[in-house]
Amino acid sequence: MKRRDFVGLTGLAASALWLPAIPGFAGDIVDPLRLLEPGLDVAMKKRLADVALNTAKSAGASYADVRIGRYLNQGVFTREKQVQNIVSSESFGAGVRVIANGTWGFAATNTVTDAGIAKATLLAVQIAKANSKVQKEQVQLAPQKGFGEVSWKAPIKVNAFEVPIKDKVDLLLAANAAAMDNGASFVNSVLFQVNEQKYFASTDGSYIDQDIHRIFPTFGVTVVDRASGKFRSRSALSAPMGLGYEYLQPKAADKIAGPQGSDVIGYKNSYDMLEDAARAAKQAKQKLTAKSVTAGKYDLVLDPHHLGLTIHESVGHPTELDRVLGYEANFAGTSFATLEWRAKNQPYGSKQVNIVADKLQPGSLGAVGWDDEGVKTKEWNLIEQGKLVDYQKIRDQAHIVGQKESDGCCYSQSWQDVQFQRMPNVSLKPSTSKMSVDEMVSKVDKGIYIAGNGSFSIDQQRYNSQFGGQVFYAIDKGKITEMLEDVAYQTNTLEFWNSCAGSCDQSDYRLAGFFNDGKGQPSQSSAVSHGSATTRFNNVNVINVARKI
Amino acid sequence: MAILSKDESQAILKKVLGFSKADECQANLSGRTTGNVRYARNSVSTAGGTDNVSLAVEARFGKRSGIATCNEFDDATLKRCVQRAEEIARLAPEDAEYMPLLGPQQYLTPTAYAASTAAITPDFRAQAAGDSIALCTAKNLTAAGYLEDGAYFQALRNNKGLEAYQQSTNVDFSITVRTPDGTGSGYATADYTDAAKFNAKNLTQLAADKAAGSRNARALEPGKYTVILEPAALASDEGLLNNLMYSLGAREADEGRSFLSKKGGGNKVGEKLFDERITIYSDPLNAEVPSGVFDGEGLPVKRMTWIDKGKVSNLYYSRFWGQKSGKPATAFPGNWIMEGGTQSVQDLIKGTAKGILVTRLWYIRDVDPQTLLYTGLTRDGTFYIENGQIKFPIKNFRFNESPVIMLNNVEAIGRPVRIGGNLVPPLKIRDFTFTSLSDAV
Repeated sequence: MKRRDFVGLTGLAASALWLPAIPGFAGDIVDPLRLLEPGLDVAMKKRLADVALNTAKSAGASYADVRIGRYLNQGVFTREKQVQNIVSSESFGAGVRVIANGTWGFAATNTVTDAGIAKATLLAVQIAKANSKVQKEQVQLAPQKGFGEVSWKAPIKVNAFEVPIKDKVDLLLAANAAAMDNGASFVNSVLFQVNEQKYFASTDGSYIDQDIHRIFPTFGVTVVDRASGKFRSRSALSAPMGLGYEYLQPKAADKIAGPQGSDVIGYKNSYDMLEDAARAAKQAKQKLTAKSVTAGKYDLVLDPHHLGLTIHESVGHPTELDRVLGYEANFAGTSFATLEWRAKNQPYGSKQVNIVADKLQPGSLGAVGWDDEGVKTKEWNLIEQGKLVDYQKIRDQAHIVGQKESDGCCYSQSWQDVQFQRMPNVSLKPSTSKMSVDEMVSKVDKGIYIAGNGSFSIDQQRYNSQFGGQVFYAIDKGKITEMLEDVAYQTNTLEFWNSCAGSCDQSDYRLAGFFNDGKGQPSQSSAVSHGSATTRFNNVNVINVARKI
Repeated sequence: MAILSKDESQAILKKVLGFSKADECQANLSGRTTGNVRYARNSVSTAGGTDNVSLAVEARFGKRSGIATCNEFDDATLKRCVQRAEEIARLAPEDAEYMPLLGPQQYLTPTAYAASTAAITPDFRAQAAGDSIALCTAKNLTAAGYLEDGAYFQALRNNKGLEAYQQSTNVDFSITVRTPDGTGSGYATADYTDAAKFNAKNLTQLAADKAAGSRNARALEPGKYTVILEPAALASDEGLLNNLMYSLGAREADEGRSFLSKKGGGNKVGEKLFDERITIYSDPLNAEVPSGVFDGEGLPVKRMTWIDKGKVSNLYYSRFWGQKSGKPATAFPGNWIMEGGTQSVQDLIKGTAKGILVTRLWYIRDVDPQTLLYTGLTRDGTFYIENGQIKFPIKNFRFNESPVIMLNNVEAIGRPVRIGGNLVPPLKIRDFTFTSLSDAV
């Protein structure tokens, strides 16, 4: 999320009338009960989709796909003892993409009728033909078989929209109370919920109906010490997930303790918001007086909530083929991991580094049955034993790297935006041998354990990065000794992954995630998960970020 | 349809208020017609646009409020939209920070609309992209650029007598030019109210020169350097100055969680926190960067000084926080203007014995809100200056710096130019903190 958007969100209560301008709340603001009403039935969607496909073919398109999408959002915003805002929104329309004269064209409409869809389709063909005059290379689509009429539903247990708003408000206010009772000066909490009801059809013969859910509870706790003028914050250790409201019904089995002495609890497939809010307040208070880190080289032990962000920035983005090829040069940037770099067969990481991409992991943000161009989703390796073996690609990119199929990671944030290559889940495989967090820490002589993701920044080719965190603990001769503050590590992607000394085993594996990853111009948002177990990196450069103003 | 006139929009809003049975009702009608073209690898990749008008209705019963929206404007739809807002309001919890709707307000006459921009066609955009690509192709360079333009209107009306209307236009262009071997990269960006000022060729030429000139960069040791930060380095990509201006909230300062919080309580308004040459204000009628004359609630946007000769002179007060603190509410401004001198970037280079010229700062993220410390990297044209001349391109650096520290280490302030709707001078800063090297080009 851009800072400007974030500032918009924090000002929600003050400028509620301008909500339609905020990403994620595009469309109409509606009564929450509207979110439970069914959308168009599948037979009607198929009929409308056929209007698009037939119109496109008649107008001279060699390929067409249509997405009829209903996007439902709800946000509940609170601070301390009060509700700041509750917003429910619905966006419904259709986007048609065609290839004519070997060139893409796209148009969208919220008039989801035969006439509206036919008009948008003709416009898409017209745009394709106009752009073909400046197109240098014809679009080459990897072949894709049609799947007929199929469907996919996220494996959720409780549809979050069916939960009364009062229950959600009560939960957030209880979390706020837990934080305040434990010393917080301020707390903001939010619950975001999303349901994408997407229907895709293409001239390849696919008619795909999908129902996707996402949920993201989060908070920020701040403790202020008026006397010293210091303040410290700690954010939630929740992850946005591709789950229903069951994510907010905590189960003991989903709580994973950090190393002894750290007072960190991570969460797997369910989240205890009250417990985390209470702990956050205590930790934010501790941070006020924690020892300021001495800059230098340390072995880092990174928890999955933290490491997910590092994976996202230093592996997820550089292996996006559109960045590698230069399509994002003016905005998100390019990548060091070019085709030429890969041909040199240099190590991306140590032999312990095995990184897999997927759109399948149950409960993940990336999980769908088919992507937004009708490709069945799958899992594939990006890095095997430290070597880069593949990229993330979609149908019109596969031929560039000599492949015959898409990876199924094409996505659009709504019916009105054109789909393009977006990051699938990108995850670090856990160790296949037994390794607990305590055992990992016991072998570290001089190190820092970092939990939770914090400040992050990386260059436009994904070499140099700097990451903070939520809580930091010193490790001395195999033991956690005390909390630290003012910690950030600066590293080069290749040095960092080559310093990877191994991960904990599957029992520590869990997903971190990002609800609003931005890319493209105009910018589009997507949601993505990153799985890992706690992992050790040796001899990393840690800086002290305390300053005086 | 997308740009309705004052009369057309107020007629719809009057009708909306007529359907309302709520204690208070405010309606906002806004519309946009936008277009864009994107290119990369010297070829157009996507082109598109939007054309939309949206109505948002807020109904209030006591301290309960509900909002509903629609984008069709026949009587039946308008009535349903008002009813929906009222239904939502009845179910909503009471707003602990409730403020009554504003009554009639006096607004300045907006000047942020240019007919030339509203008249932009797909051909105009294609021509701009084509000019940019042709220039780069001829020089064996690779262009990636984005042009977006739009015309916008906003109309407000409520049952307390408030009535407001404004139009605006904007053109935003950015271009990154790279050498085919990937060893050089240059950037230029510009934005305008009036499209007549836009010239894709000139901007592309700037970026192309930087790309060609940044080949074979040498590595300097990280450390503290005198830097010349071009306006784009200060205020594009959510730059350091934007972040400073976003951090002037009174509430956060009073609550003790801002760099403007005072030890023991209160805020630092009136304190000198910056070099005395630093003055930053907002002015919706500035000819170079005209902005809206009212905000989302209908508060008038007026000329307001935020930093006056190094002293913090005003903070943003929401209506609620203003009332609680006994201060007038502040509309969130549509622009900010930093006063400067007459020197160009070239003049600043001439006056520099040793230093670094920075074209762009990128991926800027907060590190510590207590000190307003940010990190990020240089990008697309970083050069070493010696004896008043650019000597050679250098590898990119990561910085860790606070705009508060930066604006205390001012050596010189150049002539302001428009960036992102704000007026920003190039700054020469001593002891700017670079903490590591990046191999990124």
